[in-house]
Amino acid sequence: MLAFFMTAEPLAAEVAVPVAPGIPRPKSAGPSNVGAPTIEKETRTEEELDLPWHVVVHNDPVNLMSYVTMVFQRVFGYPRDKAERHMLEVHQKGRSILWSGVRERAELYVQQLHGYLLLATIEKVS
Amino acid sequence: MEICRRKNQIEISELDPFLAELLRQIPSCANPEGAPAAEQRIFSPPVNGKEPEMCAEWKMYVQPELRRLFQSATETVGADLKQLNGTEQSLTNRTLRIPTKHSDAWLSALNQARLVIAAKNNFTELELSDHLRSPIGSRRDLSLFQVNFYGFLQEFILRELDC
Repeated sequence: MLAFFMTAEPLAAEVAVPVAPGIPRPKSAGPSNVGAPTIEKETRTEEELDLPWHVVVHNDPVNLMSYVTMVFQRVFGYPRDKAERHMLEVHQKGRSILWSGVRERAELYVQQLHGYLLLATIEKVS
Repeated sequence: MEICRRKNQIEISELDPFLAELLRQIPSCANPEGAPAAEQRIFSPPVNGKEPEMCAEWKMYVQPELRRLFQSATETVGADLKQLNGTEQSLTNRTLRIPTKHSDAWLSALNQARLVIAAKNNFTELELSDHLRSPIGSRRDLSLFQVNFYGFLQEFILRELDC
């Protein structure tokens, strides 16, 4: 990902420049401070660019609470109390985000959850 | 009917013909074919909203694997249920022994059957939580009883896995 910042005379009508998250926006320069344009470049790994995807489990009145808890323990390796917390969130709020991270792994988790017949989807964080 | 754990087996004894028949129906009930609502539930999409490309890939690569997984579970259960083959009379007070190593297959098949029956009947959350409804009233009531009976077996197997 590239982000360009120009240190130059401010324009009459300021143009919005997209800034990548985490990159500080430069302070505007004074009227007499005209310098050569500087280009800041930030590179990120593909994995970072892909972040984040959520693995979401949705409520289903048929699946037993104890079964859902067991599935969370098995698929994500969560301890029982954490698995139960997520299960209750699904039950009470209709959905719970079980995991966030790269897309490939999120898809794999969803596939595993579907193997246990849970209603699960992946969602890209907007 | 009694259910207990004996060494490496889960034993369901004193089965009357009615419950034995419900058990024998697990593999056929778990099959969603011919019921779009059930098929949709068993093979749910991996994304909410419009991601046609991803859904198409999922259908092509993931669903066949899931289908095989579910089929393998129902086949294992079907093989265990052969213990219950016989005439109605010979089914009286039968005992079914489930090897604990088949627990996962049973959990899966019971879950499939419950989901398919619920989807076919379009049961509401309220109906599903009504465990006291008589199974005699109608075909729908019988299906609800079946969902609850299979759920009871699932709970028992889960409890045994926990031990």
